[in-house]
Amino acid sequence: MRIILKTIIAAFFCLLAGQATAQADLADAAKGLLSKSYSDKIQATEAIAASGDKRSVRLLEILLSGDLYALEADDRLVFLVKDGDRQIASDAVTGEEIGPIERTEISKIRINNRMRGLIKDLLGRLTLLNEDPALRINAANAIFKSRPAEMVAPLTEALAMETDEKVAAVMRRALAALNFAHGETPDVQADALVILGEQPDPEVRSMLSAELNRLAAAENPSSENQALAAKVRQALDKVEERLAMLGLVENVFQGISLGSVLLLAAIGLAITFGVMGVINMAHGEMVMIGAYTTYMVQELCRNFAPDMLTYSLIAAVPLAFIVAGLAGMAIERSVIRFLYGRPLETLLATWGISLILQQFVRTVFGPTNKEVSSPDWLSGAWEITGGLALTYNRIAIILFAAAVLLMLMLVLRKTAFGLEMRAVTQNRKMASSMGIRTGWVDAMTFGLGSGVAGMAGVALSQIDNVSPNLGQSYIVDSFMVVVFGGVGNLWGTLVGALSLGITNKFLEPYTGAVLAKICILIFIILFIQKRPRGLFALKGRAVEN
Amino acid sequence: MADVIGRSQQGPFVSLMTGLPGGGKTFLGILLVAALFVPLSNTFLPPDSPFHVPTYMVSLLGKYLCYALLALSVDLIWGYAGILSLGHGAFFALGGYAMGMYLMRQIGDRGVYGNPLLPDFMVFLNWTELPWYWHGFDMFPFAMLMVIVVPGLLAFVFGWFAFRSRVTGVYLSIITQAMTYALLLAFFRNDMGFGGNNGLTDFKDLLGFDLQATSTRLGLFVASIVALAFGYLVCCFITQSRLGRVLIAIRDAESRTRFSGYRVEYYKLFVFVVSAVLAGIAGALYVPQVGIINPSEFSPANSIEVVIWVAVGGRGTLWGAVLGAFIVNWGKSYFTGTFPEAWLYMLGGLFVFTTLFLPKGIVGTAGIWMDKFRAVRQSKMDIGSPASVREE
Repeated sequence: MRIILKTIIAAFFCLLAGQATAQADLADAAKGLLSKSYSDKIQATEAIAASGDKRSVRLLEILLSGDLYALEADDRLVFLVKDGDRQIASDAVTGEEIGPIERTEISKIRINNRMRGLIKDLLGRLTLLNEDPALRINAANAIFKSRPAEMVAPLTEALAMETDEKVAAVMRRALAALNFAHGETPDVQADALVILGEQPDPEVRSMLSAELNRLAAAENPSSENQALAAKVRQALDKVEERLAMLGLVENVFQGISLGSVLLLAAIGLAITFGVMGVINMAHGEMVMIGAYTTYMVQELCRNFAPDMLTYSLIAAVPLAFIVAGLAGMAIERSVIRFLYGRPLETLLATWGISLILQQFVRTVFGPTNKEVSSPDWLSGAWEITGGLALTYNRIAIILFAAAVLLMLMLVLRKTAFGLEMRAVTQNRKMASSMGIRTGWVDAMTFGLGSGVAGMAGVALSQIDNVSPNLGQSYIVDSFMVVVFGGVGNLWGTLVGALSLGITNKFLEPYTGAVLAKICILIFIILFIQKRPRGLFALKGRAVEN
Repeated sequence: MADVIGRSQQGPFVSLMTGLPGGGKTFLGILLVAALFVPLSNTFLPPDSPFHVPTYMVSLLGKYLCYALLALSVDLIWGYAGILSLGHGAFFALGGYAMGMYLMRQIGDRGVYGNPLLPDFMVFLNWTELPWYWHGFDMFPFAMLMVIVVPGLLAFVFGWFAFRSRVTGVYLSIITQAMTYALLLAFFRNDMGFGGNNGLTDFKDLLGFDLQATSTRLGLFVASIVALAFGYLVCCFITQSRLGRVLIAIRDAESRTRFSGYRVEYYKLFVFVVSAVLAGIAGALYVPQVGIINPSEFSPANSIEVVIWVAVGGRGTLWGAVLGAFIVNWGKSYFTGTFPEAWLYMLGGLFVFTTLFLPKGIVGTAGIWMDKFRAVRQSKMDIGSPASVREE
């Protein structure tokens, strides 16, 4: 075994030193596989790996999978690909296609378990030098997990040649783990521990704590062992501290993410309920309409402009606003305007509307969930370090929620419509005598709130099931946010949504998701007792009625 | 006002019977006839007789009676005190769970796992002992006490906080909804020890009577009628008394009532607790008749549906609420059977229609027409003396 290892290492040095001379060697080296003796084949395998030829990886992979054959006629190495009933042979070294071939014309190159192990090993090393950084990372991670002593030298070499910082970091971690596990002197181990201590990574933590347990379990702990154990403990503490930090960051992110979902769901309600004082129980259905609009846009894109499919989500945002907004205006003109000043009746009537809308969607689209696919520019995650990855669609929702809030603020504060809207809210009669068409403003305001809910539906279609019940699951939450934040105040809604989201995510690890939600609900019920008008209460006479 | 005081000096019961509001005696009469007719018809008339009430109908009517009692309890607080609770289903379900726990304990070792102490779902969850709050539920009187105490206590605590801090109107509605939603989530959890998602079911018998037997079903039907009549009398007693007048004053002008020196929150708290207890009793009678109680009874949608029964019948009329519960639930049974697609449209439409065109409900609107009709007749009878119309 030792000798083999040395040859491998030697082979590696050859590989690194003599790229140029190696090119021609691959075909020659591969010839050794034709031998009947396994030790010859092993030598040949090592030679293939040492050839430094890029094609050697493919050759080894074919050999490992047992698909390598020799042509009876001229001993050429080939591999077979099935094409219907026929087998197409291709040259295993050059990859050029030879043509259909009969089973009788070829003989299989057999390998044994020892060779299999060797080939896997060799492939691991070769991938450390692969061109694809993802493969290099995989190889380094595999080394980190199994920690084979013989990989110290190749990994050191590979690390020295590594130019990609991301890959180098993973390799450094793997090398430190190797050095720690197999280091000859305490110094090497100590250095390795320092590097390991800087890795905020659950895998490092479990490795270190396992090591600590092993050291603690030793029968007669030598003083060296004790010193090592102390250092391991130190490194472990450091790792855990960093992990806790990352956990905090992740919790905050998750909380903000949940908060922005709540914000999106509630912000339309902050307009209809907060500004107009209309209890719109059909608000959730506006969200649902937005989500179904997204689905419709996606299906239209799929049928008429398949290459635009990835951008259908963007097109859905204004459309959802318009569709839900129009639906909202229709509801306001046909039902709600007759019920102003009777909030409880409004509540019941809009609940009725929500039932009708749900059933309508169920009749048209069916009761099952509809699939709204994530465009590819939203899939994947932004990996900050080993233990922390933020998915793009969550980040996008946070940004989207912020954009919607900002836009709404601008509409309320900077446009003539916003001014009229606030005027009607504050004093309807006075506004009316100033020539504002209050009825029109009511309809537009309700349309705006509903439209914003529709836009929320676009975002929620990315993280939730698009089904007729989509809206109902958010209605209680949205009311909680608005009531908690304070009615008639967009900042209150923002603060309410974010604080509820973050609190929820911080409670979850201790209580579980459901209990966390229950705690939040109870908290809000108690909070309303203390401050019936929410965090940011409007003051003044108009509030009373 | 003097009249009210004078009446209350006659003793509460006499004043109650003489002071039953319009239609009250008729309503109690109908209940009495139903309580006699349905069991007799079911037992003695041959099945092919047109007057025979089949057993499934007995259970269905029993279910409606429980809904009616629930609607009555909502009408008491919404119609008379202006408290719109969107969480009354919670009290109903809690009463139901208390009854369900008794029925669960009655199963004994006849469950699938044959454990004499633990209900099946606990054995399934590998629990070894009964949680503390399940103790005592093998005794019927204790379970019945809990039917009253648990909803009453929750209503008391909730109302204590809510009314003292003057949470009113829509805000109160929203937090009652949050309350029932929180309970819904809680009861869905297996760890709570109430059977989680599946709830409590598979009941065998009640006080030794087989729940599947027709006689037991008839007994439960009669018990439901008695409970409804009792609930109606309690509500009448409250609303006809001086307390009821204060409640109406609170409904119509809360601040003014408070400034007149009434402790508004105590009046509201009292009536809220009474209403919750009535809802709990309704739930307790409901569970043995339908044979299951599960967390979906807590869902906010259920509670809102109760409100529409009251609104359809006419809020503030008591027996209107009962009528509303019967009409809407009969409609639900009929339409979900024949046109399942159409039912939610109709229910939704009912919400909109009632609030827009029938704000006083069927009974209220009928009352207005009756008054108009009487007024017209009166004015025709004594033409030339318009003063009498005004007196009317």
